[in-house]
Amino acid sequence: MTRLLEINHLRVVRDRRQVLDLQHLAIETNQVIALVGPNGAGKSTLLLVLAGLLKPQEGRITFNGRMVEPHKDRSFRRRIGLVMQDPLLLDRSVQDNVGIGLRFRGVGGQEIRRRVDEWMERLSIAALRERPACKLSGGEAQRVALARALVLRPELVLLDEPFNSLDKKARADLIRDLKSLLPGTGAATLFSTHDEREVELLAEEKIELMEGKVVR
Amino acid sequence: MWFNNPDVWEVTLLSLKVSGLATLISLVIGLPLGTWLALDKFRGRSFMMTIVNTGMALPPVVVGLAVAMTLWRSGPLGDLNLIYTPTAIVIAQVIISLPVVTGLTAAALQHQDPRLRLQLLGLGASRAQMVVSLWREARLPLLAALMAGFGAVISEVGASMMVGGNIRHQTRVLTTAIVLETNKGEFASAIALGILLLLITFLINYALTWIQQRGAKQ
Repeated sequence: MTRLLEINHLRVVRDRRQVLDLQHLAIETNQVIALVGPNGAGKSTLLLVLAGLLKPQEGRITFNGRMVEPHKDRSFRRRIGLVMQDPLLLDRSVQDNVGIGLRFRGVGGQEIRRRVDEWMERLSIAALRERPACKLSGGEAQRVALARALVLRPELVLLDEPFNSLDKKARADLIRDLKSLLPGTGAATLFSTHDEREVELLAEEKIELMEGKVVR
Repeated sequence: MWFNNPDVWEVTLLSLKVSGLATLISLVIGLPLGTWLALDKFRGRSFMMTIVNTGMALPPVVVGLAVAMTLWRSGPLGDLNLIYTPTAIVIAQVIISLPVVTGLTAAALQHQDPRLRLQLLGLGASRAQMVVSLWREARLPLLAALMAGFGAVISEVGASMMVGGNIRHQTRVLTTAIVLETNKGEFASAIALGILLLLITFLINYALTWIQQRGAKQ
């Protein structure tokens, strides 16, 4: 494994309150890391910074050996796959939702269809292809959100409590499928959770955050 | 009969041209302006929103007065010789419909889940791609904004009368023609023109509503 991402002295202040103060964090390629901690520990903040959606006050982020500023660098953002707690799907069909990130990247129609089909198959949502997103169950919608991120072939996958809004069965099924799918993507994965069971099932390593700091 | 009268069709066509153009200009300016007000945080945003919301209730006669004073021969833009021209009516109608389109656009986008913007950017969208995606998501209320903007100008009479002058073959539109016929005591003609105005407004809104509701079903 090689080093994919390294974070040093990352500090985020929101509403005059320090919400993240990370001295050092490194992620290797293919690694699956769980971010745990109570609400307000800084898990989502860290994921938003890495996704380039929140500007940190200070800090150094190195990606594949190159220093990056995620909030300024769209080409870096396009190497990330982000899935939030709620699927936040667009009012379109399942296949349109899965392909939206590829269309943002200007990928050709045929290539989009091929990759969308592949990921809908892998996440067992191929039968829902034409269905409007508003008619999906919670579990189906989250599968679409995951397919939408993974179809981009990201180098780093960021999952912000992705199983939180699912019932027990949908959660167990999705975790099982992800466990078998993630290693094949070649991407490193950082996911936040409150659930120790999810950590045991999915993660190779666990980082515990408390009041914005790594405590373990 | 009124439908055999070429004057009626001339007036109708001018109404559609003037109000259609004014609505189009309002859309071209109001859509990005409303988007900016909805999505960006900057100093004075609340004040600007208040101005826009107040503008939604702007009386057409007040707009007519302001535009007439500006375009009057002795006014600041008098040299342009625009007073009593269709262009003057378009200018006045843009001032009437722009706040409507802007305000309703801002409201439509502010009503969306703010995390959707983050998710779109997180999927690699540029700002322009994100905005177009948000517009598409808000297509139903945005079409309503367009209908409200068009409705505000096709039905107004005060501004058109003041800056257009209701000149036959030049600036007479349906609403000013109705006023003229009523003043002459020609109530039958006024009613016929009123029905024609209602019919045109109905047909245009029917077409837009059909597009809107087709989107809703999808």
